[in-house]
Amino acid sequence: MTDPLWISLVKAVAVFAFTLTLVPLLVLAERRISAWMQYRVGPNRVGPFGSLQPLADLVKMLFKEELRPAGVPAFLFGAAPAIAAICSLFMMAVVPLGGTLEVGGHSTRMVVADVDVGVLAVLATSSLGVYGITLGGWASNSKYSLLGGLRSSAQMISYELTMGLSLLSVLVLVRRGDAAGLFGSLSLSDIVASQATSGIWNVVKCPVGFLLFTTAAFAETNRLPFDLPEAETELVGGYHTEYSAMKFGLFFLGEYAAMVASSAVVVCLFLGGWHLPFVTGAEAVGVPGALLQVGVFVAKLLAFLFFFIHVRWTLPRFRYDQLMDLGWKVMLPLALVNLLVTGGLVAAGVF
Amino acid sequence: MDERTGFLLFSAIALVGALNVVLRRNAVHAALWLVGSFLGVAGIFLTLGSGLLAAIQVMVYAGAIMVLFLFVILLLNLETPRFEGISLARGASLFAAAATGLLLLWPFVNDRSLQAPAVPAVDLPVTAANVGMTLFQRFAVPFEIVSLVLLVAMVGAIHVARRPRRDEPA
Repeated sequence: MTDPLWISLVKAVAVFAFTLTLVPLLVLAERRISAWMQYRVGPNRVGPFGSLQPLADLVKMLFKEELRPAGVPAFLFGAAPAIAAICSLFMMAVVPLGGTLEVGGHSTRMVVADVDVGVLAVLATSSLGVYGITLGGWASNSKYSLLGGLRSSAQMISYELTMGLSLLSVLVLVRRGDAAGLFGSLSLSDIVASQATSGIWNVVKCPVGFLLFTTAAFAETNRLPFDLPEAETELVGGYHTEYSAMKFGLFFLGEYAAMVASSAVVVCLFLGGWHLPFVTGAEAVGVPGALLQVGVFVAKLLAFLFFFIHVRWTLPRFRYDQLMDLGWKVMLPLALVNLLVTGGLVAAGVF
Repeated sequence: MDERTGFLLFSAIALVGALNVVLRRNAVHAALWLVGSFLGVAGIFLTLGSGLLAAIQVMVYAGAIMVLFLFVILLLNLETPRFEGISLARGASLFAAAATGLLLLWPFVNDRSLQAPAVPAVDLPVTAANVGMTLFQRFAVPFEIVSLVLLVAMVGAIHVARRPRRDEPA
């Protein structure tokens, strides 16, 4: 089904605004939750409960002086944060916020770009996102930045493999229980729809895949316990040591947008997306049903983001060799075995 | 955007990128132009209606392989080479390379029958399901042979790179 241009535009603007609204809220939530976990107060001066703190931070970043170290290539130095932010935001385009909406005889899926290779688009974009960090590290002309950029590129390559393999175990599951008896699909909308049809979320069918994918997602978004490219105790600030003002702000935005996007992908792949057990199915809905679905999706997204933040303030950082060992010697073999087992169960007709 | 405009645009991107890969002296810049070139090729796949190939092109080449390239270049910290002028030997080898290239291209320019569009081996829309079924059923044996070749390359690389054991002559 193809939409008229204005519907596509409305959807694009809506998802863009949704993500960009979530980012400052997330920054605030992170600071408040960490304060709560560490028995501190946290930001509470600007606005009620510190709710205007992100806005104040934004204004500060916009008006700060921008420093550029001597001898850096200006174009790449400026392009790096932009790449990081764009790639994170782009990922949200293939994430379905709801099922099929039917208004006045016209039906549309609640996703910006319902591409049939949605899952691959997610992987491709996340693998391009690393250029932002690696180039930022290289272009800064500083040893700490370069080390951060180097670490980031090696880390991304290592954990992308696990991510792809754990994804495959989900794709094997999509093959059956599809409404139209389709052959399986790479579209995130179809993956959610197949979970809604069968009523069982993928996390129940392959818990190991969920665990592996989530861990890899933490590594891909450079969040603790995998924030080695940044590692402020060893590398000052890692890849963004030399960045200031809004260029640093863009890196910041990119990191939180990536958090939102990868949480959204995890929710779609494993936690049933907009599906609420015993209430909604895969059929098309009107406006109230659509609002319910989006509400369910956002609730799951926020819950997973809380988990994201909780992990950051619970676990210490990995050492670099531990990170590589975990990626190549534990997670990769586990992902292969998981794929084999899931495939075997599907072939035996268990799922 | 129709197919022709898209093709011209993206092939221009791919060609300019490829040209800059060999013309840049800074290795990092050259690698980045190669990424641009790969993205252009992905664009060509998109205009031909294959989102699958485009996504895989970006994921494997622009994403994984070039990141690895960049990693190695950054790790080695290469110096930007200075231009040393064209010596006689260099000029001769440049000329030989150009002549060989032209010679290889000549049949395609000369022979009209080679310019006709290639007939696809399998006439199906390029979807993930079709590609998978074709690869693992009709072309299962060539597919396995290719993976064996890759395995051999991998074992070879590990053998070359690993440290010799203490009791073993280097």
